Amino acid sequence: MRYSIFSLARNALSYHEHWPLAWRSPAPKARYDAIIIGGGGHGLATAYYLAKEHALSNIAVLEKSWLGGGNTGRNTTIVRSNYHLDPNAHFYEFSLKLWESLSQELNFNVMYSARGVLNLVHSPADMDASIRRGNAMRLNGIDAKFLTRDEIARWIPNLDCSPEARFPIHGGLLQPRGGTVRHDAVAWGYARAADALGVDVIQQCEVTGIRIDRGAIQGVETTQGFITTTKLGIAVAGHSGHVAAMAGLRLPIESHVLQAMVSEPVKPVLNTVVTSGAVHFYISQSDKGELVMGGDLDFYNSYAQRGNLPAIELVVSACLALFPSFGRLKLMRTWGGIMDMTMDGSPIIAKLPVKGLTMSGGWCYGGFKATPASGWLHAYTIARDEPHPLNAAFTLERFAEGGMIDEKGAGPYAWAH
Amino acid sequence: MTQAFRLPTGGIIDRSRPLRFEFDGTAYEGYAGDTLASALLANGVHLVARSFKYHRPRGILCSGSDEPNALLQLDRGARTEPNVRATTQELFDGLIAASQNRWPSLRFDVGAINNALSRLLPAGFYYKTFMWPPTPRWWLRYEHFIRRAAGIGRSATAPDPDRYEHQYAHCDVLVIGGGPAGLAAARAAAHAGARVIVCDENPAFGGDLRGMNDDSANIDGKACATWIDEAVRDLSDSADVTLLTRTTAFGYYDGNLVALSERVADHLAAPLAHMPRQRMWKVRAGTVVLASGAHERGIAYAGNDLPGTLLAGAARTYIDRHAVRPGSRAVVFTNNDSAYAAALSLSRAGIAIGAIVDAREDSELTGALAVRAREHGIRIVSGSMVPAAHGSKRVTAVDIESLSGGRGTRVDCDLVCVSGGWNPAVHLFSQARGSLRYDESLAAFVPERSPLAIVAAGGVNGCSDVGGALADGHAAGLNAAAKAGFRGPASYAAPHAEPVAPGRLRPLWSVPARDRSGKRFVDLQNDVTVSDIALAVREGYESVEHLKRYTTLGMGTDQGKTSNIVGLALLAEQLHRPISAVGTTTFRPPYTPVTLGAYPGEEAGAHLEPTRYSAMHDWHVAHGARFINAGLWRRAHSYPRAGETPDDAANREAKNVRTNVGLVDVSTLGKIELQGNDVAEFLNRVYINRWDTLAVGRCRYGVMLRDDGMVLDDGTTSRLADSHYLMTTTTVNAVEVMQHLEALLQIDWPELDVYLTSVTEQWSAAALSGPKAREVLAAVVDIDVSNAAFPFLAVGTCTVRGAAGPMPARLFRMSYSGELAYEIHVPADRGRATWEALLAAGARYGIMPYGTEAMSTLRIEKGHVVIGPEADGRTTADDLGMGKLVNAAKWCVGKPLLSRPALIAPDRWQLVGLTALDGAVMPRGAKIVADPDHALPNPMLGHVTSWCWSPNLESWIALALVANGRARHGETLWAVSPLADAKARVRVRIGPPTFIDPDGERLRG
Ligand SMILES: Cc1cc2nc3c(=O)[nH]c(=O)nc-3n(C[C@H](O)[C@H](O)[C@H](O)COP(=O)(O)OP(=O)(O)OC[C@H]3O[C@@H](n4cnc5c(N)ncnc54)[C@H](O)[C@@H]3O)c2cc1C
Repeated sequence: MRYSIFSLARNALSYHEHWPLAWRSPAPKARYDAIIIGGGGHGLATAYYLAKEHALSNIAVLEKSWLGGGNTGRNTTIVRSNYHLDPNAHFYEFSLKLWESLSQELNFNVMYSARGVLNLVHSPADMDASIRRGNAMRLNGIDAKFLTRDEIARWIPNLDCSPEARFPIHGGLLQPRGGTVRHDAVAWGYARAADALGVDVIQQCEVTGIRIDRGAIQGVETTQGFITTTKLGIAVAGHSGHVAAMAGLRLPIESHVLQAMVSEPVKPVLNTVVTSGAVHFYISQSDKGELVMGGDLDFYNSYAQRGNLPAIELVVSACLALFPSFGRLKLMRTWGGIMDMTMDGSPIIAKLPVKGLTMSGGWCYGGFKATPASGWLHAYTIARDEPHPLNAAFTLERFAEGGMIDEKGAGPYAWAH
Repeated sequence: MTQAFRLPTGGIIDRSRPLRFEFDGTAYEGYAGDTLASALLANGVHLVARSFKYHRPRGILCSGSDEPNALLQLDRGARTEPNVRATTQELFDGLIAASQNRWPSLRFDVGAINNALSRLLPAGFYYKTFMWPPTPRWWLRYEHFIRRAAGIGRSATAPDPDRYEHQYAHCDVLVIGGGPAGLAAARAAAHAGARVIVCDENPAFGGDLRGMNDDSANIDGKACATWIDEAVRDLSDSADVTLLTRTTAFGYYDGNLVALSERVADHLAAPLAHMPRQRMWKVRAGTVVLASGAHERGIAYAGNDLPGTLLAGAARTYIDRHAVRPGSRAVVFTNNDSAYAAALSLSRAGIAIGAIVDAREDSELTGALAVRAREHGIRIVSGSMVPAAHGSKRVTAVDIESLSGGRGTRVDCDLVCVSGGWNPAVHLFSQARGSLRYDESLAAFVPERSPLAIVAAGGVNGCSDVGGALADGHAAGLNAAAKAGFRGPASYAAPHAEPVAPGRLRPLWSVPARDRSGKRFVDLQNDVTVSDIALAVREGYESVEHLKRYTTLGMGTDQGKTSNIVGLALLAEQLHRPISAVGTTTFRPPYTPVTLGAYPGEEAGAHLEPTRYSAMHDWHVAHGARFINAGLWRRAHSYPRAGETPDDAANREAKNVRTNVGLVDVSTLGKIELQGNDVAEFLNRVYINRWDTLAVGRCRYGVMLRDDGMVLDDGTTSRLADSHYLMTTTTVNAVEVMQHLEALLQIDWPELDVYLTSVTEQWSAAALSGPKAREVLAAVVDIDVSNAAFPFLAVGTCTVRGAAGPMPARLFRMSYSGELAYEIHVPADRGRATWEALLAAGARYGIMPYGTEAMSTLRIEKGHVVIGPEADGRTTADDLGMGKLVNAAKWCVGKPLLSRPALIAPDRWQLVGLTALDGAVMPRGAKIVADPDHALPNPMLGHVTSWCWSPNLESWIALALVANGRARHGETLWAVSPLADAKARVRVRIGPPTFIDPDGERLRG
């Protein structure tokens, strides 16, 4: 059933008792043409585009828990393409273009809200770097705008733009098309659309082993039994290292915990996404009215989806340094997700050195915004057995070859990106 | 207005202290000891809020921190606070409260149209619509209205005037919750010798017993209130016990770190002088006793959200504790015994009871309380339920129907007291990674096992009577103390109360709907109904987490304390699975919302990060310097004179260095002393160039790499004595370099005899540069500084003569500006005197202080790279033109990876110098392109890293990284900055990066 105001009205007449399942809950078949491990946004998108763009029909997504319950359902929902290195810029811009029409594509309102992403500038050095980045964006055909301090002060009155601020605001780089997307809707929308194309979305099915014979994928062991396939895509974010190890691979990825948090809901006080590099902080207000914020990692390796108090204190300190009038609001909920941190801060969307095995992962802080492009390109790579030009740089081999895509220049330290 | 609904006697309010307050513009009175909620009820105010989605009239449901409805905006101005629970806010004189999320008024709220449209707005309706017209712009338009409708209260617009504190504490036993179980546990642990902290979110200890008027219950033969007083006195007499009221344990973190939020002044109009508003405690506890009690839950029936509906326990609390009459004619609806205690309180308070409607059959009503209620002659309608309540802004009647069907009756009432059972407050246990077990007899989840040192006791463990809670608490206290090593003599006997025989509970989550007219609410804060849950399941959102996210069940500020388990049970019912198989959602901190201001504590605003100043800072201030932030430091940018812009000043200062002499404060450079027998070897390993040949009294420039071969930092290292060296790092990288070196020494090469000490703060440094630097220096030092005696890269010690007397100094001959230059380091307390001595001596040579801007101009002219702009973490030494420094004969950090193919590819971006042609101004942050009119994307050949007006060359120059740049010397390309101006373009000529004195004659002269 197509979702629309009309179907909503029609169903209202029958008290919403005839809405169909958004997706089936099929039992796994013995064999699939392609299997994607991980029912997050990336895995579901990959399956969707495999079915949609490459006419593969016998596909399964295996999710160990409930779909969308990993980082897809835990992130701060910021989407943007304000990168200065070419491979990143082209990749994330492709993604942003897909976001722009994703609700219609999936017939599921993912609420792509282009309310702008403003990156604050706090020092002359920051200013140089921001302008350089903005120029790179413009030359790559990406929207970017520089705002002066006064323009920012007028636009966001509760931001402390005074010169007395500990890190005074000198201006900001705005990407007007940046914004937020409703995270759960992305998982559900892709799941529903993939299911409609015949993809089996299988929850509570953990992959526990990968069977390889003579260097080629034979299938996967799962908590619901062995399933045969020759094409296997890994899209498990924070568990990338763990799952790749089942294929005997050691990835240049570390798993770290990142926390996020929301305040209690209040009437609109912030109409855009504000980020700051000086204090590593990002904030937006959800449609429900909660202030959604995050900052740094907890800075220790972990698979536990929970963090500790110091990281939260830092985030809130940064929040109040920028927005002193939020001091009496209350923090309502904090949580953590497991970040797949690579050694250069950029993802891997590539064939792996086992025949039939591919992955997309290594998302660091920012893989949510990549979801549509990553799914699209991962599907392309699986279907064509070669990367698309847009993901050609995101190889596993780049680390050995020296072709790092190090946007921050932070070096081969997973936690630093 | 009089307190018409105040009972003439009873309660633990102080009738001698009336307090005035205001709600929605109307003045009322209450008493000390009231909460805002009890004071409102005492004045007959039941309608206090509108619901989030449907704007339904809402009243007060609970009497504690589980309240979903009664969220009010407190106060005005900078101290305003949204979403304050009326049920926990203590009344103070002059309190001003207002209802939220309604317009134009609480009684007449336009938003209530949503209630009429509710059929179009089922759970998740927004995922199915607002997709047309199909452009992002249209969604933004819809969203605009959705956002305005959402949110509950309002944020302040002015900065918070109050202060917050942090407090760190350790204890053997932390008791969370000061009800009978918690007090018993604390006493047992304290008497065993343990250091104990007890916290309770309420203003006084006693938990559910506080203010309860139940003559039948007693502890150790005393009235409960007496026992509580004695227990608290006993605990406060012990030096090893800390008692914290108004303090909520809200987060449980690794290593038994429990975070507490103490509301020091929220019961006052404003904090008293020197008082923080709140204090966040970080308690490292040996063992935690969780005695957090249980929350009552409701039953979903049509109209269960009408004002005048209270949880039975809350009704009892208002009557007994606050002497409030919450209604005049009540109906009690229950499936368990606890509501009978409420019924007895109602009856004692003279409130007529239309009926107790109990879902259980008559034969099941054998519990002691039920028996007593019957003895009191209260009408009990067993085997029945309430399918619907009626009324608009207050309940006026309920229907009563037999479970077996048949015609129902309608009973008039203005108060419905509901109890669907009790949910142990397991939140913190779950945060402590504890597993939960579904207890069939309680129909609730109880603590099972945790890997951390936490013991549950009392209500949270499923105890339903005081006797059980006391015994459980006592045992938990002893157990916790023993875990911490205190097995002291059993000097203290367990308190005793007669057990009350409980009746069995009959699970009842919702009452089947008779028709479709009424809404049966599960989550009152987020307006989630029974049909929303059914819809979610119908559509396949059947994992608990999907249910929660799709319907928003339990995602409000109350985190679903009254609703979660009901929602889970309904989900299980729909799925025909046992509740235990459905499981719970994750309990996330904080337990109740915590004020943002409390998290940073004192580290707020200007104290977010420390501000660092050099020892000469006051001099710079006194001499009109303009400052910039460099990392945490404040540095002088330039010293503008009257009528000069900062940039004019910087140009003047830079020019003066090349013609006369200048002095710059470089105290911010990182300084690390290295001592030990293996320092030369160590330096050989961390720098790309050779160090074992450095003689005492000499210094050398070095570059160090990261593990991946990229340039990490540069600076000089001097050999002060045989095994004593001094390294300088860049200002921004001082910490990183220290960490890098320490990591290498501690992890990779522990065998090396090298010790590092950061001395950045201990030494002040000034650089004296310019053709007349030697004359100035000679005038103040006691050593021969001639070129022969103190050549380029010489290092020595000397004494600087100044007005304040002789000062010992370290002298270095090195140059950043490209001129003849010296660095003078003195102990920080002599920094300013030395600075002034140099300026005084330089007066006749035309000396001027210069700031970071002139320093930058000078180094760009000289082609020196800076970490950040040029060495941006993606550049190798070779990219920066320093490939020759890499010593081929030795290993160093990063070197093995330098030969990776991409690092030696021909198209790498390399450092070049740019000169703007045609008299043009070099744009900020420019990119280098071959064709500025190329269609987008326009391929970038490189970018400008640093640029300036060169007062010495009289043109705009820049350093840049350009693809294959060294092979392009002489070429012209374009510098563009479309961000500033899409049309702007500047022709630039590429050349070597050194613009001035390429052979270095000046600095050696
Ligand atoms: C707190 C936080 C904030 C963030 N903020 C942003 C942001 O603002 N913007 C942004 O762009 N990005 C953000 N991110 C990053 C972003 O959330 C992730 O990069 C992205 O969602 C990853 O999507 P995914 O589908 O790859 O991973 P996930 O959603 O984590 O999906 C992976 C799935 O794989 C499953 N899985 C794992 N192992 C197995 C197995 N053996 N068998 C079967 N299934 C398995 C997991 O259960 C999981 O459901 C944030 C992340 C966090 C944690």
